[in-house]
Amino acid sequence: MYSASDLRKGLKVQIDGEPYIVTDFEFSKPGKGQALYRTKMRSMITGIQFTNTYRSNDKFEKPDLEERTMQFLYSQDNEYHFMDTSSYEQIFLSKEQLGDNLNYLVDNMEVQILFFGSKAIDISLPTFVNLEVIKADPWVKGDTSGSDSKPVTVQTGYEVWVPPFIEVGDRIQIDTRTGEYITRVKG
Amino acid sequence: MISPHRLQQRADLLQAVRSFFRGRAYTEVDTPVRLPVLLPEIHIKPFSSEGWFLQTSPELCMKRLLAQGCRRLFQICHCFRKEEAGRYHQSEFTLLEWYHVGWGYAELMRECEEFVRFLVSTCNELPGCAGQDILRRGERTISLAGPWERLSVQEAFRRYARLPLAEALRQDLFDLLLVTEIEPHLGWQQPVFLYDYPTELASLAKRRAEDPTVAERFELYIAGIELANGFSELTDPVEQRQRFAEQILRSQAEGNAYAAMPERFLADLGNLEETAGVALGLDRLMLLLLGCTHVAEVIALPEHYLEE
Repeated sequence: MYSASDLRKGLKVQIDGEPYIVTDFEFSKPGKGQALYRTKMRSMITGIQFTNTYRSNDKFEKPDLEERTMQFLYSQDNEYHFMDTSSYEQIFLSKEQLGDNLNYLVDNMEVQILFFGSKAIDISLPTFVNLEVIKADPWVKGDTSGSDSKPVTVQTGYEVWVPPFIEVGDRIQIDTRTGEYITRVKG
Repeated sequence: MISPHRLQQRADLLQAVRSFFRGRAYTEVDTPVRLPVLLPEIHIKPFSSEGWFLQTSPELCMKRLLAQGCRRLFQICHCFRKEEAGRYHQSEFTLLEWYHVGWGYAELMRECEEFVRFLVSTCNELPGCAGQDILRRGERTISLAGPWERLSVQEAFRRYARLPLAEALRQDLFDLLLVTEIEPHLGWQQPVFLYDYPTELASLAKRRAEDPTVAERFELYIAGIELANGFSELTDPVEQRQRFAEQILRSQAEGNAYAAMPERFLADLGNLEETAGVALGLDRLMLLLLGCTHVAEVIALPEHYLEE
């Protein structure tokens, strides 16, 4: 069990059988009065947010959350199949559950999948992924048009702005938190 | 990390605080911070130290000195309150507390006004101020010209809260409504004193003669921030013992075993004349005057710079 004084940004608690993450938190206390914990939470399943003010004696259950390392195998008919790298158990997630992560997901990539009980509810990719450029306008040396970046398409179909010297066949590193180009990768 | 410049501003403000009180014939004291017994207050949790406690305020020691014949005292000291951490809280913080024998809370409220204006006029170019009598808070300006607003707790609930005061007390929602519905409105045009608290929320304050359901306690708010808490001090040791007994019972019901009757304090209290006293959160006042948003910005080494 957690008590209200454990609340802080990022803490995961269970309310009415559902896991919530604290997204915003402020401690308040009148000098002579009760401590109050003003909290904003988001359901980790539905994404619905709410705010509430808790008091010291409020308690929360710990949600049954487990993060497992899994490898992306293949996709078929809108189902994205993953395998637990230690138990070899396989699961699949829908396109909707993956959301923007699809921009960076390639075969054999190892990801972290968060389970609530036996249900997969969230996926986190490595912070940096290396992807191959499959479409790019050629770089004309001596081009003085002044543009210092151009769009290219990587193997997942994701389009990203890069410096003009990037060409088809290059591997580039992308930050999955921001979706931005970081650097060209050798080899 | 706090900059050398900000530290200098803090030092200048501390100097100005001392000038103000010395100019008014107050004696500066520094009393022990580690004590065998504290004044029982249900919502303030002390740190223990080898069977004793770190002070949560210097009130016990300062009142004992007043009972020995001191007339005007002030103190700048560190106090410690467990489980308090946030934008306006650090579990170790700096309190300014002062007492004036012969006064009631009305005189002391007036002196709070003069004190804040003195700091602003003495220290030049405070980043939170715009000229002599103006405090700047984000886009808004707050006039420090007196007299400041006085708002009774009863009226504040009527004006801002969804329940009247009596109902809030009955449902144990006083603090919740105060923090969420009332405080955000307080002290944005000019500073405001909330005054006359329900007696059960002011265990060290004297009851009002005309209305014993309220006690002569006030709180100063500027820009929604609680800055100072003052009383016409309760000086009757018999009534004080009863009020402490209630605090101790309620503390024990909540599982806090540390509350005990401060016998030597009660013995001295019989010698205390009519007195008014106030405790002001100095870090919070500096936060306002220096235009900061978090108390950690005005503290030399806040807690997150200490943790290994």
